[in-house]
Amino acid sequence: MTRLRTLFLAPASTLLVVLVLCPTIVVCLYSLLTRGAYGGLGPPWTAESYLRLFDPLYLKLLARSLWLAVVSTGLCLLLGFPLALFISRAGRRKQVFLLLVILPFWTSLLVRIYAWMFLLRDTGLINTLLMSLGLTSEPLPLLYNDGAVILGLVYGHLPFTVLPIYAALERLDRSVIEASADLGARPLSTLWRVILPMSMPGIQAGGLLVFIPCLGAYLIPDLMGGGKSIMIGNLIQNQFTTARDWPFGAAVSLLLMALVLPLALLMLRGKPGRLA
Amino acid sequence: MEAVLALRGVSKHFPTHCAVDNLSLEVERGKLYTLLGPSGCGKTTTLRLVAGFDQPTEGDIYLNGARINRLRPYERNISTVFQNYALFPHLSVQGNIEFGLRRKKHPDITRRVREMLDLVRLEGKESRFPAEISGGERQRVALARSLAVAPDVLLLDEPLSALDQKLRRQVRTELRSLQRSTGVTFLFVTHDQEEALSISDRVAVMHAGRLEQVGTPTDVYLKPATRFVATFVGTLNWINGAGLRPEAVRVGYSGPDEGRPCVRATVVESTFLGNRVHVEASLSTGERVVAELSRAEGPFSRGESVRLWWDPADELRFPAEAP
Amino acid sequence: MSRWLKLYAVLIFTFLHLPLLALAVFSFNSSRFTLWEGFSLAWYKALFSDPQLSEAALNSLLVAVAATSLAVSAGTLCAYGLWKRRSGLVEGGLYLSLATPEIVMGISLLAFYQGLFRFLDVRLGMHTVILAHVTFSIAYVVFVVMARLRTLDPALEEAAMDLGATELEAFWRVTVPSLTPGVAAAALLVFTLSFDDYVITSLVAGVDSETLPMVIYAMARRGTNPVVNAVSTLVVVLLGAFILAAERLRRA
Repeated sequence: MTRLRTLFLAPASTLLVVLVLCPTIVVCLYSLLTRGAYGGLGPPWTAESYLRLFDPLYLKLLARSLWLAVVSTGLCLLLGFPLALFISRAGRRKQVFLLLVILPFWTSLLVRIYAWMFLLRDTGLINTLLMSLGLTSEPLPLLYNDGAVILGLVYGHLPFTVLPIYAALERLDRSVIEASADLGARPLSTLWRVILPMSMPGIQAGGLLVFIPCLGAYLIPDLMGGGKSIMIGNLIQNQFTTARDWPFGAAVSLLLMALVLPLALLMLRGKPGRLA
Repeated sequence: MEAVLALRGVSKHFPTHCAVDNLSLEVERGKLYTLLGPSGCGKTTTLRLVAGFDQPTEGDIYLNGARINRLRPYERNISTVFQNYALFPHLSVQGNIEFGLRRKKHPDITRRVREMLDLVRLEGKESRFPAEISGGERQRVALARSLAVAPDVLLLDEPLSALDQKLRRQVRTELRSLQRSTGVTFLFVTHDQEEALSISDRVAVMHAGRLEQVGTPTDVYLKPATRFVATFVGTLNWINGAGLRPEAVRVGYSGPDEGRPCVRATVVESTFLGNRVHVEASLSTGERVVAELSRAEGPFSRGESVRLWWDPADELRFPAEAP
Repeated sequence: MSRWLKLYAVLIFTFLHLPLLALAVFSFNSSRFTLWEGFSLAWYKALFSDPQLSEAALNSLLVAVAATSLAVSAGTLCAYGLWKRRSGLVEGGLYLSLATPEIVMGISLLAFYQGLFRFLDVRLGMHTVILAHVTFSIAYVVFVVMARLRTLDPALEEAAMDLGATELEAFWRVTVPSLTPGVAAAALLVFTLSFDDYVITSLVAGVDSETLPMVIYAMARRGTNPVVNAVSTLVVVLLGAFILAAERLRRA
């Protein structure tokens, strides 16, 4: 049986080794090389790329990425909690509402971000409407700034908070909520002092599920931020395309992984083995 | 003795059935009042109506003479001890007990909490969390928490059903003495008739949403008003259309002296219980009868032919009841 | 439930769905400007006659089908193997592939391919894209199928072997049939992920292997082109239908 089992695991394991492990090793190696004259790379081996990370320019970028991720996560939690509460109280139509939250998320992210660009750009729907109604004379700069990136990040990741919080709310013992009202707590008081603390595990899971992808976001800051609001993901992509500085790009990638991996491990500790 | 809680013509209809049907009762201040009945009889629904978690479809509920139908649970001075205790898991014992006091902005929370801890004998456990204490201790926290807010009526929803037999007897006696010492009106809900009879001042027997009888435990046992009450409370034998308690049935080889009603039977089982003997006998019709005798009157052996007789004054007869 | 909560829900659902609905509505706009001027299917007609879009769509389809087949086969076998006995190493590797940001996975694959191309005479092309897609989607297959396996009774395979089936026969004739809905759900999921992928694909695709997302991205970058509205609407409707079907199968 063990031989058969090894056979079963072989294709996936080979894939993981060849296409996940090896590329990771290659990236580690590249981060220690030097940029070549024509954008290639070669010896000498140096830690110069890592040292460059401490340049105030890049530290500011890192800080800003963290800041955007934190704000987006906070907004997702703030907006997601009441929505999860609504769905948990929706009776027979719970599944319908859950589907309404999840369905758009699982279709194309690219298209959904483009949809916001369609609304927000200077020639977009919102500006056209405002100007045709005479409310503004010039297009409002709704796109290509931090605000637009945060909007995009929240829009793209909101379901990630709704689902775990909803699951936590569903697991709550109804009689404890009744006990709170029984002892004199008005509905808002019960929400704040009983429901919220008891759904904390769901809130934490949701927070991590949003923060991790936000940290490594590329497409959303790229489209919604133009070149004006870049995050770590954009910096990495830039190094591997236009700037052609692969060693530095590799170093930044490893920095991003160093931030993401501990958080991912933290999340695993919370929910062992359950994903689907 | 005035009624602290009164229900007048209260009904609760659900789409599929009627859970409470035109119920009227009055609970006197300072008494332990029990709603007794089998599962599904509507006693828990009634409790929830009183607490305010559900609204009656018809009828009115009065607390201290004031109509409280429209009041939300947090506006009623009624407190509930839930069947599973419903303690707040994220708060300590202290936090649980002071919860209601904080909501009502009690002037001296620390002293009151201390009082409650002493009352239920949980001193020293105030910083523990519900997950860290035993089932019995959790119940005491639930009691302390509900009593802390000095409710006009304390509702208890099957508080003993989660405990094992031995603990049940002990805890019910404790509940009774707690009720007596605090003087708080208790409205108790249970399906266990032994429990109800042993600690109540008043018992209200419920069946299919209706009140069958209200009275003292003695009334309900010795003078049951309906066939249902007679069979639900205690054991009842049916011989020749008459209901007879086991202790009213005499068993012997020869018949009774005077012209007492008498039937022949065959002994099925005779159980020696120390100072009593339980005899189960089968009549010629096939029906079973249980008799409770003193040690001197028994024992009997399986298969023996015996005679059963009784005092006609002990017969319980009921008119044919409408379905 | 308070009316504030209901009102809030209405607002949030509007926020979630308005952009796509607006896009869909305006894909039928007869004018190329963002003012409604009448109903028209012009942009859809333009879409189907655009050679670049057609080729890109075909590429996306080919990649998705190939990636789905490979990912589902390898992933199902892997899930089965893990169901028999867990492996921290394999599962760790799968979680790693899930937690890795797309951009990092993209550049590491690119770096790896370039490194490889020093020794082998291969270029970036469809095959590199397909392999990349399998890499990022295999974890989804494994976890979806594992969830399905957990609902199965292991005694069934033992009963089969008891009656004379080999391990392989037991797997094929007893377990696989029960897995079909789960595997189908995973397949639809992978197809959707693959069809829509931009980040990784844009990095590892060659010059001739443009996919639909890459074209959409370029058009989106350039400005408001109503053809993008049309193709976007179609993509969302198609993928949405797939995901709905996948959910039905997952719960079957």
